[in-house]
Amino acid sequence: MTKQRPRVDVVLIGFGWTGAMYAEKLTAAGLEVLALERGPWRDTHSDFATTFAQDELRYYWRHAMFQEASQETLTFRNNSAQTALPMRRWGSFLPGNGVGGAGVHWNGQTYRFLPSDFVARSHNEERYGPLPPDMTVQDYGVTYDELEPHFDHFDKICGIGGQAGNLRGEILPGGNPFEGPRSDHYPTPPMQMTFSQDRFGEAARQLGLSPFPVPSANMSRAYVNPLGMQLAPCTYCGYCEKYGCGNYSKASPQTTILPALMQRRNFSLRTNSEVLSVEKTADGSRASGVTYVDTSGEVVFQPAEIVVLCAYPLQNTRLLLLSNIGTPYDPRSGEGVVGKNYCYQVMSSVTVFFEEEHTNGFVGAGALGMAVDDYNGDNFDHSGLGFIGGGYIACNTTNARPIESHPVPEGVPNWGSRWKRAVRENFLKTADVGVHGASMAHRGNHLDLDPTYTDARGRPLLRMTYDFTLNDRRLTAHLTPVAEEIARGMGGREIKVNARRGSYDTMPYQTTHNTGGTIMGTDPATSVVNRYCQSWDLPNLFVSGAGLFPQNAGYNPTATVAALAYWSAEAIVSRYLPDPGPLVRT
Amino acid sequence: MTSFTRRQAVRLLLLAGTALAAPRLMAREYGQGEGTPWAPMSGDVPHHGTGEERFLGPAEHAAVAAICARLIPSDEDGAGAAEADVVTFIDRQLAGFYGRGQNWYMKGPFGEGTSTQGYQSEHPPAMLYRLALAELDAYCRAEHGAPFADLGADDQDAILAGLEGEEIEFDRVSAKTFFDLVLENAIEGFFADPIYGGNRDMVGWRYVGFPGTRYDYRDFINHNGAAIVLEPVGLSGRPGWSGP
Repeated sequence: MTKQRPRVDVVLIGFGWTGAMYAEKLTAAGLEVLALERGPWRDTHSDFATTFAQDELRYYWRHAMFQEASQETLTFRNNSAQTALPMRRWGSFLPGNGVGGAGVHWNGQTYRFLPSDFVARSHNEERYGPLPPDMTVQDYGVTYDELEPHFDHFDKICGIGGQAGNLRGEILPGGNPFEGPRSDHYPTPPMQMTFSQDRFGEAARQLGLSPFPVPSANMSRAYVNPLGMQLAPCTYCGYCEKYGCGNYSKASPQTTILPALMQRRNFSLRTNSEVLSVEKTADGSRASGVTYVDTSGEVVFQPAEIVVLCAYPLQNTRLLLLSNIGTPYDPRSGEGVVGKNYCYQVMSSVTVFFEEEHTNGFVGAGALGMAVDDYNGDNFDHSGLGFIGGGYIACNTTNARPIESHPVPEGVPNWGSRWKRAVRENFLKTADVGVHGASMAHRGNHLDLDPTYTDARGRPLLRMTYDFTLNDRRLTAHLTPVAEEIARGMGGREIKVNARRGSYDTMPYQTTHNTGGTIMGTDPATSVVNRYCQSWDLPNLFVSGAGLFPQNAGYNPTATVAALAYWSAEAIVSRYLPDPGPLVRT
Repeated sequence: MTSFTRRQAVRLLLLAGTALAAPRLMAREYGQGEGTPWAPMSGDVPHHGTGEERFLGPAEHAAVAAICARLIPSDEDGAGAAEADVVTFIDRQLAGFYGRGQNWYMKGPFGEGTSTQGYQSEHPPAMLYRLALAELDAYCRAEHGAPFADLGADDQDAILAGLEGEEIEFDRVSAKTFFDLVLENAIEGFFADPIYGGNRDMVGWRYVGFPGTRYDYRDFINHNGAAIVLEPVGLSGRPGWSGP
């Protein structure tokens, strides 16, 4: 029998970055907020203390803090003609689990999307003419200028270190000249760079490019944020992505929001409580709350005035499908919206091998890097190139964790004495020039429910149908040679090009930047939520996360995810609460 | 008063640890102004794969040790899988949640899959090892008259290359899937923290110059391309610290 709990004003499904943001803003507005998190409580002192946080086997290779595939995974196929099979273990991306979500184990690279990224269809069609019919690229319905105050707020919550390139329209030296206008400087200075970044910067400048420090959520110095949370200087230990920070040096929900939030009497959190579905009122016009199950097996109905999906994009999409909210996307007809425009990231890189110099990659941090943005978004002329979008090219020194990172030159076998010697000779002498390519929406790439495979509770898994598109292939073929040219200028003995070829492969780790499925837009026929991230179907249901992106830009998503969450939370407080109906009339 | 052997005491501590750790995995309500929770003994310290669990039988153990010794050979350039005791690492891993595939999705139906769909064996790692090792030794006896561990290095290399290149195939499991998994596990065992049984005395880290689990390199940010020579440190410290 389903037990019923007392009604709350707001229930948040999932308690990572966006859950913390909505909770902080909505409790500050006086609402009673409850967060339901599928995983356990996690905090610095108990779960990633410096005495055991630097454990490559446990945290990366044995997935200590990630979602357990045995509980819920997804199935995958490259195209609709294939039979999707389950991802039996994680590979190319690593969904988080537990309080803080993937915000615990991100690298901390905190880019803002470009103004043109938010109007990708109208901007590109205006400049280059109509897009191919299968490119289901859309505008967000919200602009960079509208989001700017929220980008700025997230910078200040996290204490992001960087060098402004465009301050209220003024181009400043040393920053990214292509960025959208910022209302303020970064709260802290850039990280101190190492040898590899110095070489990258020189090589990029030689080519007439504009290198700038990667905006970093790893602290370049001590910082106190607007909530009174204190962050400590980063120690360059080289364990950021896939690891929790034991040193309070990486902005995460735990270090920037939770200690303040947990003091508020109108906030509560239930851990190990998995939401099964969003429930609707009898007339189907609003969400009535959520049904969840906890570790005792007890099924609970939690009524709420407002429901916000704050889980990972893949789970948000699945939850809408399992709850029969919104029309599922059909790739044959192109109709429907839930599961539409699944996108990823088109990654490639060039490794530089030095002969004499040591790059000492173990002196690293998740967002320690120099980047160029000359080939991102529409920062360069795409006339005649046959693709839109781009990516940043960066030299990050994130780690030299030896199970994961032991690059060897071209032609070295995968094992045996020659391999072993090559690993030793090059282990401390490599630098990486990465291309972080955009992923444009395509009619065939989508998410739906799998007809065969089920999770530990017997409910259908999400099915991913995805492959790199023609746009992706042309993009990576255009940008990777630029990275190669920079890499050749860095003074190494040799380079190795790690091009993005062939079909998308679920096994080699690429990035945990899965986007789309619950996209935002201007039209209920082509998007799941409106410009305020409010469901077109149920006005008291809001959605957060990178699932909102109609297509993915050539940047890491977190800052844009945060800006959208703060923008949406503000709309709830200032627009929805006074008049709790649809915020966009159709 | 009952006297405990050391092993009994360790086992008791492990049980106590499990009991204390259990509440983390149960639904709990936090908040309503109580602040961030803290409880004694709440540190989630490593334990999986740090004990004396074993999975491999004697012949299997010999075969895995021999395979790893060819994947990461001991040679004039330095230590290999043998000195790092990679086989002990793998044995412990196979005996635990990893070997059982406990965190992997292991529900059927099972299909062969494309090269982009990842691991699709119906067997979790430990059983894959068991079935593959039996077939490997059967193949070696039939073709070379002796189990894998007793063959010469050149024959062993040729057989491993045959598994990798799919020239040698097994009946019950994919030889290529097995090869890929052993190579992955051997590299893990060579470079993982010594608490997991491999990388003994940090030989893997010493070999490549990795300083281990240190967490503060601020004094070295300005290295400007110079070598940084530091003795490695593991999660349990390093041998020199407890010596005279």
